[in-house]
Amino acid sequence: MKACYIHSAVSISAQNTFETDLNLSESNPITSKKANANHPQYKTYIAPGALRRMATGVKMGVTAGKKALEKANITNPDAILTGTGMGCIEDTENFLNALIANDEAYLTPTSFIQSTHNTVGAQIALALQCNAYNNTYVHGALSFESALLDGQLLIKNDDSRSVLVGGIDELGKEFIDYTLLVEDKKHGVQVPFSEGASFFVLSSEKQEKAIQLNDIKTFSNITEQEVPTVLNEFLAENNYKPKDIDAVICGNNGSVYDSYYSKARAIFPITTSQLHYKHLFGEYFTASAMALYLGVYILKNQQIYDTLIIGDNSKNSIKTILLYNQFNGRDHSFILLSL
Amino acid sequence: MSNLIQELKENIIELLNLEEFSVEDINDDDALFGDGLGLDSIDALELMVMLDKDYGIKLTDPKEGKEIFQSIAVLADYIEKNRAK
Repeated sequence: MKACYIHSAVSISAQNTFETDLNLSESNPITSKKANANHPQYKTYIAPGALRRMATGVKMGVTAGKKALEKANITNPDAILTGTGMGCIEDTENFLNALIANDEAYLTPTSFIQSTHNTVGAQIALALQCNAYNNTYVHGALSFESALLDGQLLIKNDDSRSVLVGGIDELGKEFIDYTLLVEDKKHGVQVPFSEGASFFVLSSEKQEKAIQLNDIKTFSNITEQEVPTVLNEFLAENNYKPKDIDAVICGNNGSVYDSYYSKARAIFPITTSQLHYKHLFGEYFTASAMALYLGVYILKNQQIYDTLIIGDNSKNSIKTILLYNQFNGRDHSFILLSL
Repeated sequence: MSNLIQELKENIIELLNLEEFSVEDINDDDALFGDGLGLDSIDALELMVMLDKDYGIKLTDPKEGKEIFQSIAVLADYIEKNRAK
């Protein structure tokens, strides 16, 4: 089994994470219920002919994917893997609205063609003329993790030397408003709903200061009471104890289901830094890809921004990070990173 | 006719998301495909749906489309002569 390293990480998010290196000391607090991504100049990365047909998620995904490859000095990866919870919801809405408005007649092809969930992976492959393995995972809040797990297996089994993996979700225009309407105002998600695309190049090649993707484990359902046991087992499988983890990044979104994170945090000693991020980046099905971007950034730069810290404990040396995400008490994922 | 030409230019820019173009940038005789506006086969499908929806013209022969979509002027002339709406 080969080790799996992360050679590059690129993210387009509600904060300015793309154009410059991450600077969360000046992050903009999100006050609205919906937070659009901070969009870069897509023209630099996508040909105008292709760009005019692309909806937000496709633009974000193709741009973040291309930049991740560029940063890792890879022109053609051995696999392209994407994860998305809602897929290309913007074009889906356009297509379905046209279907209703025109009484199922006069349907135009563009929004239909680009409404499928695998559009981002396909557009990246088309742009690169890459015929390698290409797969898209759609599993709610485990969509990105499923793609990451596939990528990690390809690297570990030596089936691929470099794999592009990403998580993408766009806000869309209408469906998100219905989601907000049915969301429990008191017990539901308290951070804004948002969008983003985070891409990574996984590789078997160990570089200087390489960040290792040690392990990923996912669960569709676990109870709150099972969290400490499951987490301890996950760490033990990787020869770690809770005291070995320098920082834990949890996907707190203010809902009643944050109690799962409290159970997880309780197993770690006071010396472990406790971080959260969705108050700055919002909630979406592939927000955990944003957490992985933050984990990679922290390990690489040995810097934790105060805006991410819960409490006041921040370690000076960070060598191991655990990511824990779940949505509404379902779709749990644990990701372990180390330097 | 000039009103129809103006309308077609506006509709095509909006329908095909030609953000780089304004109505003034498109000459009546500019080629829609290839070196002119650079449209492609998917755009041709979008234009065929537009003809049906907005002007009641159904194109069944693809060869016919090649002739009609030469330029805005040719397209406007064809619509004038064949429109049902």
